[in-house]
Amino acid sequence: MSNPNKKRLRRSMMFLNCQKPGLIKDPYIYKPDSIMLDLEDAVAESEKDAARYSLFHALKEIDYRGVERVVRINGLDTPHWQEDVRVCMAGGADVIRIPKVETPHDIHTVERALALAETEFGIEPGRTLLMAAIESCTGVMNVYDICRSSDRLIGIALSGGDYTKDLQTTISGTGVELNGARQQLIIAARAAKVQCFDTVYTNLDDMDGFRKEVEMIKMMGFDGKSIINPRQIPVVHEVFTPTRKEIIFSEKVVREIDEKKALGIGVFTVDGKMIDIAFYDGAKRVIELAKASGVYKGDL
Amino acid sequence: MKIRKPAMAGTLESSDCMVTVEPAVKGSGIDFELESVVIHQFGQAIKRVVLETLDRLDVEDASIRIVDKGALDCTIKARVECAVYRSNSQTSQLPWGGAIQ
Repeated sequence: MSNPNKKRLRRSMMFLNCQKPGLIKDPYIYKPDSIMLDLEDAVAESEKDAARYSLFHALKEIDYRGVERVVRINGLDTPHWQEDVRVCMAGGADVIRIPKVETPHDIHTVERALALAETEFGIEPGRTLLMAAIESCTGVMNVYDICRSSDRLIGIALSGGDYTKDLQTTISGTGVELNGARQQLIIAARAAKVQCFDTVYTNLDDMDGFRKEVEMIKMMGFDGKSIINPRQIPVVHEVFTPTRKEIIFSEKVVREIDEKKALGIGVFTVDGKMIDIAFYDGAKRVIELAKASGVYKGDL
Repeated sequence: MKIRKPAMAGTLESSDCMVTVEPAVKGSGIDFELESVVIHQFGQAIKRVVLETLDRLDVEDASIRIVDKGALDCTIKARVECAVYRSNSQTSQLPWGGAIQ
């Protein structure tokens, strides 16, 4: 049976450096949907071991109050990732994020280590989920196969910094350099029925630019965004939570389609807009997102 | 476990602590030294966490110095364990959930 947590609400995923105890002790107060406890790039090479002890005790002893605990392990090209997987299982992490994924083989490699660690630490088989970070042109080219590589995979995330380096360009702030990858990732994720998360926005002084980017990726179809500062959380949640107007319209669409279908009517209007069965799934999705975001008061 | 060489873990940042362990003569027990911004309120509690952690790791003889900057218990444990395993140069196949808990 598929893990029920695969499709949970993940609008915001906040990076936290496991090397810094002050950062990982109480991030739940900012109410992100997920936290991403980082063992990889944020941790100095000389502190990889220290970060694991901090991670283990944080996972075991801190009550994150329902916030999903994702751990970014080190890359498969390092000597660290296998011990990272063991400590994730011993601590009871919810999701492991695999960096620099280029092929389904990378997912399968971690999946095998994960299964062994689940057995070693008495974790229910299949409880722990995976997500893949796409950080290279090869990864982008293989993204659909990656999306379909494992039942544990909740989704994929674009990592803009490394990707643009591989593309031999830089982050411009306009998003033009990320257009192709963003489109390809979201199409692959939707086709494979997994979630899709956008890269971080690193200019914390430009909150207007951040909001525009969040609005754009929402419009493109992304499920959420990786974030690096608590200030970014309310913006992401506001953009990704359906408005009252959208909820009311979606309720009408769902009710009208159900009613008209019974009467044998295929096309009709709601609030002056032409509606047919093609609108049904979209309207249901708005209602589900509103429910998951805690703003739905109706009875659908 | 034996402390085989001097080792350190942690930082002097807020909410952290810096732990230094050094080898001691067999049978000499634990030589404990603490410097903390909250020593009057939590000195005994910190000492208890450190000694319990060393006991779980089966460290019988060691010199241990803690400079605490308001670390939670989970951070103190993490730093003590890290310093002890560094003194043994062990970074993989660690006993998570066993001696480390």
